[in-house]
Amino acid sequence: MSPELFSHRLIFVTGKGGVGKTTVALALGLAAAAAGRRTIVADIQGSGEQQEAELAPGLFRLSVDPQSAMDEYLLVKVPGPAAQLLRQSRLFAAFAMATPGMRELLCMGKLWELAQFERRTPDADAYDLVVVDAPASGHGAAILRTPRTFADIAQVGPIAHQAQTIAATLRDPEFTAVVAVSTAEEMPVNETLELRDALATGPDPLELQAVILNARYPDRFTTAQASAIAAALARTPAPADGVRSALSVALTEHARARREAAQAQRLSAAFGPRLLTLPYLFEPAIELPQLRRLAAELSP
Amino acid sequence: MSAAGLLEGRRICICVGAGGVGKTTTAAAIGIGMAKRGKRVAVVTIDPARRLANALGLEQLDNEPVRISAAALERLTAPDEPPLSGELWAMMLDPKQTFDELIDRLSPSPQRAAEIKRNGVYQQLSSAVAGSQEFTAIEKLYELAEADFDLLVLDTPPAHSAAEFLNAPGRLSAFLGGGALQVLLRPAGLGMRLLGVGAAPLLKALRLVTGVDLLSDLTAFFGLLGGMTEEFNARALRVQDLLRSDQTAFLLVTSAQDRPIEEAVWFRQTLRERGMPFAGAVVNRVNAPVPRGEVPLDLPTGPAFPPDLAARLDACLADHAVLAQRDATNIERLRTAFAGEPILLVPELAVDIHDAEGLLAIHRELFDE
Ligand SMILES: Nc1ncnc2c1ncn2[C@@H]1O[C@H](COP(=O)(O)OP(=O)(O)OP(=O)(O)O)[C@@H](O)[C@H]1O
Ligand SMILES: Nc1ncnc2c1ncn2[C@@H]1O[C@H](COP(=O)(O)OP(=O)(O)OP(=O)(O)O)[C@@H](O)[C@H]1O
Ligand SMILES: [Mg+2]
Ligand SMILES: [Mg+2]
Repeated sequence: MSPELFSHRLIFVTGKGGVGKTTVALALGLAAAAAGRRTIVADIQGSGEQQEAELAPGLFRLSVDPQSAMDEYLLVKVPGPAAQLLRQSRLFAAFAMATPGMRELLCMGKLWELAQFERRTPDADAYDLVVVDAPASGHGAAILRTPRTFADIAQVGPIAHQAQTIAATLRDPEFTAVVAVSTAEEMPVNETLELRDALATGPDPLELQAVILNARYPDRFTTAQASAIAAALARTPAPADGVRSALSVALTEHARARREAAQAQRLSAAFGPRLLTLPYLFEPAIELPQLRRLAAELSP
Repeated sequence: MSAAGLLEGRRICICVGAGGVGKTTTAAAIGIGMAKRGKRVAVVTIDPARRLANALGLEQLDNEPVRISAAALERLTAPDEPPLSGELWAMMLDPKQTFDELIDRLSPSPQRAAEIKRNGVYQQLSSAVAGSQEFTAIEKLYELAEADFDLLVLDTPPAHSAAEFLNAPGRLSAFLGGGALQVLLRPAGLGMRLLGVGAAPLLKALRLVTGVDLLSDLTAFFGLLGGMTEEFNARALRVQDLLRSDQTAFLLVTSAQDRPIEEAVWFRQTLRERGMPFAGAVVNRVNAPVPRGEVPLDLPTGPAFPPDLAARLDACLADHAVLAQRDATNIERLRTAFAGEPILLVPELAVDIHDAEGLLAIHRELFDE
């Protein structure tokens, strides 16, 4: 991974559902932390860590939820009694949560806040890098556009002002990077290409800084070897169930590796040196030790 | 248990699950299987892979179910099988179109409908906003429930977790129902008095925070909706009834990895709590057990087959044994938690799932054929 990626302040990790966004975001975070950057990995599902929690030395984690992002915003931004009134008003909460895009804007506001050297959260330390474990691509691209949309709709007032500030940060390529995660399967690759196009259009075009091809299957057998295995399978009589299923496993893996090769080719044609590949890990679960292995591959 | 048993007596099957687990594939395979059993089935797919759509004979987003052609059906039946005795219909949901049609249907006049569709808030709502796919999928389901199908199979949009599908439409209908906002906008409204808050300062504070124009945009939007908000609310309630009905079956599609399995247990609990009918789970892409130590070594030798081939085979088996063991452990956990509720297992298949042959293969697994 080029050291340049880690010199950003905000990295958005997005991609199709289930391709490994969370895994890659954490691996990137570990790699950045290992390179000495105080890093936080934040998602906006609001179902994980409610407080900034240290996961590994120099690596923190937070799950942003719109409700507390809003409370925090009101506390800091709105003077005295008005804030009090709004925070206590269930009507306002319902209004804010139901207004299209407002949840997203509030979350973006919090992510932006995390990436400021001067944190507005009382007593909070600054981070060198915020890695966002963003929602899946469609929603991920939409959320990147939310601040700009709000700035355009609201035009005046504190929300518009805040949205303008965030939008400016997002379109600053020195500050913000967008990273797409994909697997070498047809739909995820399609979605990655669509994401690239969606980001490139609109008033604040963005470019994918890197594309990470995650969970790439090993290509263990040559075509000749696969045919040899297939021939052996054909020779093995049916009762030898163990032998037959062993050979089938190898052939299934080979078939998948071949299919993946074609899809990986599409990504590499589109992204060239910006494409990085992480291997499929044959492990019972992906936890810190496995994440460290992936981080090692991503280290600057 | 096969999928047919699981759907006995149900008119609606909703395939939910996290992103990429196989919801669309499962929905299509269930449609095929039930049509083979003589049912008149409609499958509502969401963003299917192009080739999967083609395998079903679907060419484009098409907001009404179309009957699958005989030619396409022939590809969906094995050579030794009789032709389908039921009917298979399918469509690819177009969320924007569905939303527009809903507005057309509920608007007092075509002019009003056109005005609503031009409104900026509506345009956001019907396309950009998270949850519009979920909302329109349910809307479509509600609509088709009136039609003359024995079974509706609903695919659901990619989501982070299965529960998204339960929450997202509600958020949108709540907004369209406009409860909170309408009270706010009627300054001397009863709601305000009930809350014991003076409307003026609250509105002022709200302006301060949101900016005037946003508020007036919303005011304009709800002004246009007028009495339709009540209809949205009433509809939302009827949809809830439909989802809770015992003719409905939520079918959870999951992988056998550990977090998805934990989520599956949690999701079933959530459905219970909400009084929604859980039918069972499909654990997809299960890795078959791998026998170790029985690898035959009678592979050809010679320059094309280096001696390390056996070693490579063994490494391959060792790796897959880990996955098989992982899956077996997780499925066992699921069985314990489900205490007898149906669990269907579909193996990781070598064939390309996106063509007719792949769909047939999945269908055979689901229907125990
Ligand atoms: N390189 C890898 N090798 C093996 N398994 C992996 C790899 N990367 C991710 N996984 C596994 O794949 C599953 C999905 O990964 P992850 O949760 O990171 O995806 P996601 O894109 O964040 O999903 P969602 O869209 O649901 O948020 C997890 O079970 C994870 O452990
Ligand atoms: N049993 C299986 N064996 C092998 N591959 C499978 C199996 N089931 C599904 N797949 C593959 O997994 C991928 C995802 O399947 P599918 O599109 O049905 O998932 P989905 O849950 O609808 O995804 P999304 O959340 O993006 O809508 C496809 O590439 C499909 O070919
Ligand atoms: Mg994730
Ligand atoms: Mg799908």
